[in-house]
Amino acid sequence: MGGYSALRLLREGLRDQRGWRPAWRSPKLRKAYDIVIVGAGGHGLATAYYLARNHGITDVAVLEKGWLGGGNTGRNTTVIRSNYYYPESCALYDLSLRLYEGLSRELNYNVMFSRRGMMILHHSEHEREIAARTVNAMRLNGVDAELLDRDEVRARAPLLNFGEDARHPILGAVWQERAGTGRHDAVAWGYARAADRLGVEIVQNCEVTGFIVEGGTCKGVETSLGPVRAGRVGMAVAGHSSHLAAMAGFRLPLTSYALQAFVSEPLKPMLDCVVASPAHGVYISQSDKGGLVMGGALDRVPTYGQRGNLPVQEDVLGGLVDCFPAIARVGLLRQWAGIVDVSPDSSPILGPSPLPGLYLNCGWGTGGFKAIPAGGLLFAHILAQGAHHPISAPFDLTRFERGRLIDEGAASGIAH
Amino acid sequence: MLLLECPYCGVMADETELAPGGEAHVARRGPEASEEEFEAYLFERKNPRGVHFERWRHVMGCGKWFHAARDTVTLEVFATYPAQMQAPPEEVLAAIRSKRPGWEGWP
Repeated sequence: MGGYSALRLLREGLRDQRGWRPAWRSPKLRKAYDIVIVGAGGHGLATAYYLARNHGITDVAVLEKGWLGGGNTGRNTTVIRSNYYYPESCALYDLSLRLYEGLSRELNYNVMFSRRGMMILHHSEHEREIAARTVNAMRLNGVDAELLDRDEVRARAPLLNFGEDARHPILGAVWQERAGTGRHDAVAWGYARAADRLGVEIVQNCEVTGFIVEGGTCKGVETSLGPVRAGRVGMAVAGHSSHLAAMAGFRLPLTSYALQAFVSEPLKPMLDCVVASPAHGVYISQSDKGGLVMGGALDRVPTYGQRGNLPVQEDVLGGLVDCFPAIARVGLLRQWAGIVDVSPDSSPILGPSPLPGLYLNCGWGTGGFKAIPAGGLLFAHILAQGAHHPISAPFDLTRFERGRLIDEGAASGIAH
Repeated sequence: MLLLECPYCGVMADETELAPGGEAHVARRGPEASEEEFEAYLFERKNPRGVHFERWRHVMGCGKWFHAARDTVTLEVFATYPAQMQAPPEEVLAAIRSKRPGWEGWP
Protein backbone atom coordinates (compact mmCIF):
# COMPACT_ATOMS: atom_id res chain seq x y z
CA MET A 1 0.00 0.00 0.00
CA GLY A 2 1.87 3.03 -1.24
CA GLY A 3 1.63 6.64 -0.19
CA TYR A 4 -0.59 9.14 -1.95
CA SER A 5 1.11 11.75 -4.13
CA ALA A 6 0.66 13.67 -7.36
CA LEU A 7 3.13 11.29 -8.99
CA ARG A 8 1.10 8.29 -7.87
CA LEU A 9 -2.08 9.90 -9.20
CA LEU A 10 -0.42 10.38 -12.58
CA ARG A 11 0.92 6.81 -12.64
CA GLU A 12 -2.45 5.29 -11.74
CA GLY A 13 -4.10 7.49 -14.34
CA LEU A 14 -1.81 6.01 -16.96
CA ARG A 15 -2.44 2.45 -15.67
CA ASP A 16 -6.23 2.69 -15.79
CA GLN A 17 -6.47 3.16 -11.97
CA ARG A 18 -5.74 -0.54 -11.38
CA GLY A 19 -3.05 -0.05 -8.75
CA TRP A 20 -5.21 1.32 -5.92
CA ARG A 21 -5.63 -0.90 -2.86
CA PRO A 22 -8.07 -0.61 0.06
CA ALA A 23 -6.95 2.17 2.40
CA TRP A 24 -7.27 -0.07 5.47
CA ARG A 25 -7.62 -3.77 6.25
CA SER A 26 -10.74 -5.50 7.55
CA PRO A 27 -9.22 -7.76 10.19
CA LYS A 28 -11.03 -10.47 12.15
CA LEU A 29 -11.70 -9.59 15.77
CA ARG A 30 -9.13 -11.18 18.09
CA LYS A 31 -9.69 -12.27 21.70
CA ALA A 32 -7.51 -9.69 23.42
CA TYR A 33 -5.75 -6.36 22.85
CA ASP A 34 -3.72 -3.99 24.98
CA ILE A 35 -6.29 -1.26 24.36
CA VAL A 36 -9.81 -1.41 22.93
CA ILE A 37 -11.48 1.79 21.72
CA VAL A 38 -15.24 1.78 21.27
CA GLY A 39 -16.35 3.91 18.35
CA ALA A 40 -14.58 4.37 15.01
CA GLY A 41 -15.51 8.00 14.51
CA GLY A 42 -12.97 10.76 14.26
CA HIS A 43 -12.10 10.74 17.96
CA GLY A 44 -11.75 6.95 18.22
CA LEU A 45 -9.63 6.67 15.08
CA ALA A 46 -7.45 9.65 15.99
CA THR A 47 -6.93 8.13 19.43
CA ALA A 48 -5.79 4.87 17.86
CA TYR A 49 -3.44 6.72 15.53
CA TYR A 50 -1.79 8.76 18.32
CA LEU A 51 -1.54 5.65 20.54
CA ALA A 52 0.55 4.03 17.83
CA ARG A 53 2.51 7.08 16.72
CA ASN A 54 3.13 8.93 20.01
CA HIS A 55 3.16 6.04 22.46
CA GLY A 56 4.25 3.04 20.39
CA ILE A 57 1.15 1.06 21.39
CA THR A 58 -0.07 -0.80 18.32
CA ASP A 59 -1.96 -3.72 19.87
CA VAL A 60 -5.13 -1.67 19.60
CA ALA A 61 -8.61 -2.44 18.28
CA VAL A 62 -11.18 0.16 17.29
CA LEU A 63 -14.67 -1.35 17.40
CA GLU A 64 -17.48 0.20 15.39
CA LYS A 65 -21.17 -0.71 15.54
CA GLY A 66 -21.89 0.54 12.04
CA TRP A 67 -19.42 1.81 9.49
CA LEU A 68 -16.32 3.90 10.01
CA GLY A 69 -17.07 7.62 10.34
CA GLY A 70 -20.82 7.06 9.96
CA GLY A 71 -21.85 8.92 13.10
CA ASN A 72 -21.27 12.57 13.87
CA THR A 73 -17.94 12.62 11.99
CA GLY A 74 -19.92 12.21 8.77
CA ARG A 75 -22.84 14.40 9.88
CA ASN A 76 -21.36 17.72 10.97
CA THR A 77 -20.99 21.02 9.15
CA THR A 78 -17.16 20.72 8.98
CA VAL A 79 -16.34 23.97 10.80
CA ILE A 80 -12.93 24.11 12.52
CA ARG A 81 -12.33 27.00 14.96
CA SER A 82 -10.97 27.82 18.40
CA ASN A 83 -12.93 30.97 19.34
CA TYR A 84 -13.67 30.05 22.95
CA TYR A 85 -13.48 32.08 26.15
CA TYR A 86 -11.76 30.22 28.98
CA PRO A 87 -8.00 29.48 28.97
CA GLU A 88 -8.69 25.74 29.37
CA SER A 89 -10.90 25.68 26.27
CA CYS A 90 -8.56 27.82 24.20
CA ALA A 91 -5.67 25.48 25.05
CA LEU A 92 -7.73 22.48 23.97
CA TYR A 93 -9.35 23.79 20.80
CA ASP A 94 -6.32 25.73 19.61
CA LEU A 95 -4.20 22.59 19.98
CA SER A 96 -6.74 20.96 17.69
CA LEU A 97 -6.61 23.81 15.19
CA ARG A 98 -2.81 23.68 15.11
CA LEU A 99 -2.90 19.92 14.54
CA TYR A 100 -5.41 20.42 11.71
CA GLU A 101 -3.01 22.86 10.06
CA GLY A 102 -0.46 20.08 9.50
CA LEU A 103 -2.83 17.14 9.31
CA SER A 104 -2.92 16.47 5.56
CA ARG A 105 0.86 16.16 5.47
CA GLU A 106 1.05 14.16 8.67
CA LEU A 107 -1.55 11.61 7.55
CA ASN A 108 -0.55 11.68 3.86
CA TYR A 109 -4.25 12.22 3.22
CA ASN A 110 -5.84 15.41 1.98
CA VAL A 111 -8.30 16.49 4.67
CA MET A 112 -8.88 19.69 2.67
CA PHE A 113 -8.46 21.98 5.65
CA SER A 114 -9.37 25.36 4.25
CA ARG A 115 -8.40 28.28 6.47
CA ARG A 116 -11.06 30.62 5.15
CA GLY A 117 -11.85 32.46 8.38
CA MET A 118 -14.99 32.64 10.44
CA MET A 119 -17.13 35.53 11.63
CA ILE A 120 -19.61 35.46 14.47
CA LEU A 121 -22.03 38.32 13.89
CA HIS A 122 -23.46 40.60 16.51
CA HIS A 123 -26.65 42.53 16.10
CA SER A 124 -26.95 44.83 19.11
CA GLU A 125 -24.82 47.12 21.28
CA HIS A 126 -24.99 44.59 24.10
CA GLU A 127 -23.82 41.76 21.89
CA ARG A 128 -21.03 44.03 20.65
CA GLU A 129 -19.75 44.53 24.20
CA ILE A 130 -19.69 40.77 24.74
CA ALA A 131 -17.98 40.35 21.36
CA ALA A 132 -15.24 42.78 22.42
CA ARG A 133 -14.78 40.83 25.62
CA THR A 134 -14.52 37.59 23.64
CA VAL A 135 -11.89 39.07 21.33
CA ASN A 136 -9.84 40.29 24.30
CA ALA A 137 -10.11 36.92 26.05
CA MET A 138 -9.07 35.02 22.93
CA ARG A 139 -6.04 37.27 22.42
CA LEU A 140 -5.00 36.90 26.05
CA ASN A 141 -5.23 33.15 25.54
CA GLY A 142 -2.98 33.33 22.48
CA VAL A 143 -5.71 32.79 19.89
CA ASP A 144 -6.06 35.15 16.94
CA ALA A 145 -9.18 37.32 16.99
CA GLU A 146 -10.35 40.62 15.54
CA LEU A 147 -13.41 42.78 16.10
CA LEU A 148 -14.92 43.75 12.75
CA ASP A 149 -17.25 46.68 12.22
CA ARG A 150 -20.23 46.69 9.88
CA ASP A 151 -18.25 47.78 6.81
CA GLU A 152 -15.59 45.14 7.37
CA VAL A 153 -18.30 42.50 7.62
CA ARG A 154 -19.87 43.78 4.41
CA ALA A 155 -16.51 43.59 2.63
CA ARG A 156 -16.15 39.91 3.58
CA ALA A 157 -19.75 38.80 3.03
CA PRO A 158 -21.63 41.31 0.87
CA LEU A 159 -24.68 39.08 0.47
CA LEU A 160 -25.55 39.36 4.16
CA ASN A 161 -28.68 41.32 4.95
CA PHE A 162 -27.58 44.93 5.49
CA GLY A 163 -31.06 46.24 4.75
CA GLU A 164 -32.96 48.65 6.97
CA ASP A 165 -35.72 46.10 7.45
CA ALA A 166 -33.45 43.28 8.65
CA ARG A 167 -34.91 41.60 11.72
CA HIS A 168 -31.44 41.67 13.34
CA PRO A 169 -29.33 44.55 11.93
CA ILE A 170 -25.64 43.69 11.61
CA LEU A 171 -23.30 45.77 13.77
CA GLY A 172 -20.10 43.77 13.37
CA ALA A 173 -18.48 40.42 14.01
CA VAL A 174 -15.79 38.51 15.88
CA TRP A 175 -13.37 37.35 13.22
CA GLN A 176 -11.01 34.39 13.53
CA GLU A 177 -8.70 34.33 10.52
CA ARG A 178 -7.28 30.85 11.25
CA ALA A 179 -10.69 29.16 11.45
CA GLY A 180 -12.11 27.34 8.47
CA THR A 181 -13.57 24.09 7.23
CA GLY A 182 -12.29 20.60 6.49
CA ARG A 183 -13.43 17.54 4.59
CA HIS A 184 -15.14 15.64 7.39
CA ASP A 185 -15.09 12.14 5.87
CA ALA A 186 -11.45 12.56 4.90
CA VAL A 187 -10.52 13.20 8.53
CA ALA A 188 -11.99 9.83 9.54
CA TRP A 189 -10.54 8.06 6.51
CA GLY A 190 -7.14 9.70 6.89
CA TYR A 191 -6.81 8.72 10.55
CA ALA A 192 -8.16 5.22 9.79
CA ARG A 193 -5.61 4.65 7.05
CA ALA A 194 -2.72 6.07 9.05
CA ALA A 195 -3.64 4.08 12.17
CA ASP A 196 -4.09 0.90 10.13
CA ARG A 197 -0.65 1.33 8.60
CA LEU A 198 0.84 1.50 12.09
CA GLY A 199 -0.80 -1.83 13.00
CA VAL A 200 -4.07 -0.77 14.62
CA GLU A 201 -7.03 -3.04 13.82
CA ILE A 202 -10.33 -1.43 12.87
CA VAL A 203 -13.29 -3.79 13.19
CA GLN A 204 -16.56 -2.53 11.71
CA ASN A 205 -20.05 -4.00 12.20
CA CYS A 206 -19.06 -4.96 15.73
CA GLU A 207 -21.47 -3.65 18.35
CA VAL A 208 -20.45 -3.43 21.99
CA THR A 209 -23.21 -5.01 24.09
CA GLY A 210 -21.65 -4.89 27.55
CA PHE A 211 -18.50 -4.62 29.61
CA ILE A 212 -16.44 -7.42 31.17
CA VAL A 213 -16.03 -6.39 34.81
CA GLU A 214 -13.84 -8.46 37.16
CA GLY A 215 -13.07 -7.38 40.70
CA GLY A 216 -14.62 -4.01 40.08
CA THR A 217 -12.37 -3.29 37.09
CA CYS A 218 -13.20 -3.17 33.40
CA LYS A 219 -11.30 -6.01 31.68
CA GLY A 220 -12.80 -5.77 28.21
CA VAL A 221 -16.06 -5.64 26.29
CA GLU A 222 -18.80 -8.00 25.18
CA THR A 223 -19.56 -7.54 21.49
CA SER A 224 -21.85 -8.90 18.82
CA LEU A 225 -18.78 -10.83 17.57
CA GLY A 226 -17.86 -12.23 20.99
CA PRO A 227 -15.96 -11.08 24.08
CA VAL A 228 -12.73 -9.09 23.78
CA ARG A 229 -10.35 -8.59 26.69
CA ALA A 230 -8.31 -5.42 27.02
CA GLY A 231 -5.84 -3.80 29.38
CA ARG A 232 -7.72 -0.54 29.08
CA VAL A 233 -10.97 0.37 27.35
CA GLY A 234 -11.74 3.81 25.94
CA MET A 235 -15.13 4.91 24.72
CA ALA A 236 -15.59 7.64 22.13
CA VAL A 237 -19.21 7.20 21.12
CA ALA A 238 -20.61 10.77 21.27
CA GLY A 239 -24.40 10.72 21.47
CA HIS A 240 -24.52 7.13 22.71
CA SER A 241 -22.21 7.70 25.70
CA SER A 242 -25.05 7.53 28.24
CA HIS A 243 -26.24 4.29 26.66
CA LEU A 244 -22.81 2.68 27.10
CA ALA A 245 -22.41 4.19 30.57
CA ALA A 246 -25.66 2.49 31.60
CA MET A 247 -24.14 -0.86 30.51
CA ALA A 248 -21.12 -0.08 32.67
CA GLY A 249 -23.33 0.81 35.62
CA PHE A 250 -22.98 4.57 35.96
CA ARG A 251 -24.65 7.77 34.78
CA LEU A 252 -23.07 10.72 33.01
CA PRO A 253 -23.98 14.40 33.09
CA LEU A 254 -25.02 14.25 29.44
CA THR A 255 -28.16 14.69 27.39
CA SER A 256 -28.38 13.48 23.80
CA TYR A 257 -29.99 15.72 21.21
CA ALA A 258 -30.36 15.66 17.45
CA LEU A 259 -28.42 18.39 15.68
CA GLN A 260 -29.65 18.97 12.16
CA ALA A 261 -27.73 20.14 9.15
CA PHE A 262 -28.65 20.99 5.58
CA VAL A 263 -26.89 21.28 2.26
CA SER A 264 -28.23 23.18 -0.73
CA GLU A 265 -27.91 22.58 -4.43
CA PRO A 266 -24.49 23.70 -5.77
CA LEU A 267 -24.18 27.41 -6.47
CA LYS A 268 -21.55 29.70 -7.96
CA PRO A 269 -19.12 30.96 -5.30
CA MET A 270 -21.04 33.39 -3.05
CA LEU A 271 -19.46 33.05 0.41
CA ASP A 272 -15.76 32.46 1.10
CA CYS A 273 -15.79 32.37 4.90
CA VAL A 274 -17.87 30.77 7.65
CA VAL A 275 -20.65 32.95 9.06
CA ALA A 276 -22.48 32.35 12.32
CA SER A 277 -25.23 34.46 13.83
CA PRO A 278 -26.11 33.62 17.45
CA ALA A 279 -29.15 35.92 17.31
CA HIS A 280 -30.59 33.94 14.42
CA GLY A 281 -29.17 30.70 15.82
CA VAL A 282 -27.62 29.71 12.49
CA TYR A 283 -24.29 29.14 10.74
CA ILE A 284 -23.39 28.72 7.08
CA SER A 285 -20.45 28.11 4.78
CA GLN A 286 -20.06 27.16 1.14
CA SER A 287 -18.39 23.88 0.28
CA ASP A 288 -15.83 23.49 -2.48
CA LYS A 289 -18.54 21.85 -4.58
CA GLY A 290 -20.68 24.97 -4.21
CA GLY A 291 -23.31 23.64 -1.81
CA LEU A 292 -24.28 25.82 1.10
CA VAL A 293 -23.65 23.85 4.29
CA MET A 294 -26.00 25.10 6.98
CA GLY A 295 -26.94 24.36 10.54
CA GLY A 296 -28.48 25.85 13.60
CA ALA A 297 -29.89 25.05 17.00
CA LEU A 298 -30.36 21.67 18.59
CA ASP A 299 -33.68 19.91 18.51
CA ARG A 300 -35.60 20.79 21.65
CA VAL A 301 -36.01 17.43 23.34
CA PRO A 302 -33.62 14.51 24.01
CA THR A 303 -33.46 12.35 20.90
CA TYR A 304 -31.60 9.33 19.59
CA GLY A 305 -33.35 9.29 16.20
CA GLN A 306 -30.94 10.60 13.55
CA ARG A 307 -33.62 12.51 11.67
CA GLY A 308 -34.45 15.87 13.19
CA ASN A 309 -37.70 17.64 13.87
CA LEU A 310 -39.69 20.15 11.82
CA PRO A 311 -40.02 23.19 14.14
CA VAL A 312 -36.23 23.54 14.37
CA GLN A 313 -35.89 23.22 10.59
CA GLU A 314 -38.30 26.13 10.16
CA ASP A 315 -36.39 28.26 12.68
CA VAL A 316 -32.99 27.50 11.15
CA LEU A 317 -33.96 27.96 7.52
CA GLY A 318 -36.01 31.06 8.33
CA GLY A 319 -33.04 32.56 10.16
CA LEU A 320 -30.74 31.79 7.25
CA VAL A 321 -33.04 33.48 4.78
CA ASP A 322 -33.17 36.51 7.04
CA CYS A 323 -29.34 36.53 7.08
CA PHE A 324 -28.98 35.94 3.34
CA PRO A 325 -32.17 37.01 1.55
CA ALA A 326 -30.61 35.97 -1.78
CA ILE A 327 -30.82 32.26 -0.89
CA ALA A 328 -34.57 32.25 -0.23
CA ARG A 329 -35.30 30.33 -3.44
CA VAL A 330 -32.32 27.98 -3.34
CA GLY A 331 -33.30 24.30 -3.21
CA LEU A 332 -32.10 21.99 -0.46
CA LEU A 333 -30.37 18.79 -1.52
CA ARG A 334 -30.23 17.00 1.81
CA GLN A 335 -31.15 17.30 5.44
CA TRP A 336 -29.85 15.03 8.19
CA ALA A 337 -29.15 14.88 11.91
CA GLY A 338 -26.46 13.58 14.23
CA ILE A 339 -26.88 12.70 17.89
CA VAL A 340 -24.75 14.95 20.06
CA ASP A 341 -24.02 14.53 23.77
CA VAL A 342 -24.41 17.87 25.49
CA SER A 343 -22.85 18.44 28.92
CA PRO A 344 -24.12 20.99 31.48
CA ASP A 345 -21.20 23.36 30.83
CA SER A 346 -20.93 22.74 27.06
CA SER A 347 -17.40 21.38 27.57
CA PRO A 348 -16.17 17.85 26.87
CA ILE A 349 -15.42 15.10 29.37
CA LEU A 350 -12.02 13.41 29.09
CA GLY A 351 -10.41 10.98 31.51
CA PRO A 352 -11.21 8.05 33.78
CA SER A 353 -14.80 6.91 34.28
CA PRO A 354 -16.29 5.75 37.59
CA LEU A 355 -15.46 2.17 36.46
CA PRO A 356 -11.68 1.58 36.77
CA GLY A 357 -10.15 0.52 33.46
CA LEU A 358 -12.78 2.36 31.40
CA TYR A 359 -11.97 5.84 30.09
CA LEU A 360 -14.22 8.56 28.65
CA ASN A 361 -14.00 10.78 25.60
CA CYS A 362 -17.46 12.35 25.37
CA GLY A 363 -19.54 15.45 25.97
CA TRP A 364 -18.25 17.31 22.91
CA GLY A 365 -21.82 18.28 22.15
CA THR A 366 -22.04 20.10 18.86
CA GLY A 367 -18.31 20.78 18.61
CA GLY A 368 -16.72 17.37 18.28
CA PHE A 369 -15.47 17.58 14.70
CA LYS A 370 -13.16 20.57 15.21
CA ALA A 371 -11.71 18.84 18.27
CA ILE A 372 -10.86 15.50 16.65
CA PRO A 373 -7.04 15.84 16.50
CA ALA A 374 -6.75 17.20 20.06
CA GLY A 375 -9.35 14.80 21.43
CA GLY A 376 -7.46 11.89 19.88
CA LEU A 377 -4.03 13.08 21.00
CA LEU A 378 -5.15 13.70 24.59
CA PHE A 379 -7.23 10.53 24.85
CA ALA A 380 -4.29 8.49 23.55
CA HIS A 381 -2.14 10.05 26.28
CA ILE A 382 -4.75 9.18 28.92
CA LEU A 383 -5.11 5.58 27.69
CA ALA A 384 -1.36 5.04 27.35
CA GLN A 385 -0.34 6.59 30.68
CA GLY A 386 -3.50 6.03 32.70
CA ALA A 387 -3.15 9.68 33.69
CA HIS A 388 -4.15 13.09 32.41
CA HIS A 389 -2.27 15.33 29.99
CA PRO A 390 -2.06 18.90 31.40
CA ILE A 391 -4.49 20.13 28.73
CA SER A 392 -7.06 17.39 29.41
CA ALA A 393 -6.93 17.55 33.22
CA PRO A 394 -9.50 20.38 33.63
CA PHE A 395 -11.99 18.34 31.61
CA ASP A 396 -12.09 15.41 34.02
CA LEU A 397 -15.52 14.07 35.00
CA THR A 398 -14.88 15.02 38.63
CA ARG A 399 -15.26 18.71 37.76
CA PHE A 400 -19.01 18.30 38.27
CA GLU A 401 -18.52 17.02 41.80
CA ARG A 402 -16.01 19.78 42.57
CA GLY A 403 -18.11 22.46 40.93
CA ARG A 404 -15.17 23.54 38.77
CA LEU A 405 -17.15 23.82 35.56
CA ILE A 406 -15.79 25.29 32.32
CA ASP A 407 -18.99 26.96 31.30
CA GLU A 408 -18.52 27.83 27.65
CA GLY A 409 -22.30 27.83 27.18
CA ALA A 410 -22.38 31.02 29.24
CA ALA A 411 -18.92 32.42 28.54
CA SER A 412 -18.40 32.16 24.79
CA GLY A 413 -22.11 32.34 24.11
CA ILE A 414 -22.28 29.11 22.17
CA ALA A 415 -25.91 28.16 22.10
CA HIS A 416 -25.31 24.53 23.01
CA MET B 1 -43.73 17.66 15.08
CA LEU B 2 -44.57 16.31 18.52
CA LEU B 3 -48.16 16.44 19.73
CA LEU B 4 -48.80 16.28 23.48
CA GLU B 5 -52.08 16.51 25.37
CA CYS B 6 -51.96 18.94 28.28
CA PRO B 7 -53.43 16.97 31.21
CA TYR B 8 -54.89 20.14 32.75
CA CYS B 9 -56.66 21.92 29.92
CA GLY B 10 -57.05 18.88 27.69
CA VAL B 11 -55.63 20.66 24.64
CA MET B 12 -53.76 18.50 22.13
CA ALA B 13 -50.91 20.95 21.68
CA ASP B 14 -48.13 20.86 19.11
CA GLU B 15 -44.67 21.20 20.55
CA THR B 16 -44.19 24.83 19.56
CA GLU B 17 -46.93 25.64 22.11
CA LEU B 18 -44.93 23.85 24.81
CA ALA B 19 -41.53 24.21 26.43
CA PRO B 20 -39.51 21.09 27.30
CA GLY B 21 -38.13 20.94 30.84
CA GLY B 22 -35.75 17.98 30.96
CA GLU B 23 -35.81 14.66 32.78
CA ALA B 24 -38.70 14.10 35.18
CA HIS B 25 -38.76 12.66 38.69
CA VAL B 26 -35.18 13.65 39.54
CA ALA B 27 -35.13 13.36 43.34
CA ARG B 28 -34.16 16.62 44.97
CA ARG B 29 -31.48 16.20 47.64
CA GLY B 30 -31.72 18.21 50.82
CA PRO B 31 -29.11 20.12 52.84
CA GLU B 32 -27.92 16.90 54.49
CA ALA B 33 -26.96 15.36 51.13
CA SER B 34 -23.42 14.23 50.40
CA GLU B 35 -21.48 15.88 47.58
CA GLU B 36 -21.98 12.81 45.39
CA GLU B 37 -25.74 12.89 45.93
CA PHE B 38 -25.92 16.58 45.19
CA GLU B 39 -23.81 16.15 42.06
CA ALA B 40 -26.16 13.39 40.93
CA TYR B 41 -29.18 15.60 41.56
CA LEU B 42 -27.70 18.56 39.72
CA PHE B 43 -25.98 16.90 36.79
CA GLU B 44 -26.35 13.15 36.26
CA ARG B 45 -29.11 12.11 33.92
CA LYS B 46 -30.42 8.78 32.71
CA ASN B 47 -30.57 10.06 29.11
CA PRO B 48 -32.03 6.73 27.91
CA ARG B 49 -32.21 5.45 24.37
CA GLY B 50 -35.89 4.54 24.48
CA VAL B 51 -38.52 5.32 27.10
CA HIS B 52 -37.98 8.74 28.68
CA PHE B 53 -40.00 10.48 31.38
CA GLU B 54 -39.78 14.22 30.97
CA ARG B 55 -41.19 17.54 32.08
CA TRP B 56 -43.04 19.96 29.84
CA ARG B 57 -44.70 23.30 30.39
CA HIS B 58 -47.74 24.52 28.49
CA VAL B 59 -46.24 27.99 28.02
CA MET B 60 -48.56 29.19 25.26
CA GLY B 61 -51.61 27.77 27.02
CA CYS B 62 -52.50 27.27 30.65
CA GLY B 63 -48.88 27.79 31.74
CA LYS B 64 -48.77 24.69 33.92
CA TRP B 65 -46.05 22.06 34.19
CA PHE B 66 -46.84 18.44 33.37
CA HIS B 67 -45.10 15.12 32.68
CA ALA B 68 -44.83 13.04 29.52
CA ALA B 69 -43.55 9.57 28.69
CA ARG B 70 -41.91 9.52 25.26
CA ASP B 71 -39.64 7.27 23.19
CA THR B 72 -36.41 9.11 22.38
CA VAL B 73 -35.75 7.00 19.27
CA THR B 74 -39.17 6.95 17.57
CA LEU B 75 -40.44 10.15 19.28
CA GLU B 76 -43.71 8.33 20.07
CA VAL B 77 -45.55 9.91 23.00
CA PHE B 78 -46.98 7.18 25.26
CA ALA B 79 -48.88 9.36 27.72
CA THR B 80 -48.96 12.68 29.56
CA TYR B 81 -49.83 13.05 33.25
CA PRO B 82 -49.96 15.75 35.93
CA ALA B 83 -46.85 17.18 37.57
CA GLN B 84 -47.90 16.51 41.18
CA MET B 85 -46.40 13.04 41.47
CA GLN B 86 -43.02 11.52 42.39
CA ALA B 87 -43.21 8.63 39.89
CA PRO B 88 -45.17 7.74 36.77
CA PRO B 89 -48.63 6.33 37.57
CA GLU B 90 -49.36 2.64 36.99
CA GLU B 91 -51.61 3.22 33.96
CA VAL B 92 -48.80 5.10 32.20
CA LEU B 93 -46.36 2.24 32.93
CA ALA B 94 -48.95 -0.25 31.64
CA ALA B 95 -49.41 1.76 28.44
CA ILE B 96 -45.66 1.71 27.85
CA ARG B 97 -45.33 -2.03 28.61
CA SER B 98 -48.10 -2.85 26.14
CA LYS B 99 -46.21 -1.04 23.39
CA ARG B 100 -42.65 -1.96 24.46
CA PRO B 101 -42.82 -5.55 25.79
CA GLY B 102 -39.07 -5.74 26.36
CA TRP B 103 -38.88 -2.48 28.33
CA GLU B 104 -36.73 -2.70 31.46
CA GLY B 105 -39.32 -0.77 33.48
CA TRP B 106 -39.34 2.07 35.97
CA PRO B 107 -37.10 3.46 37.42
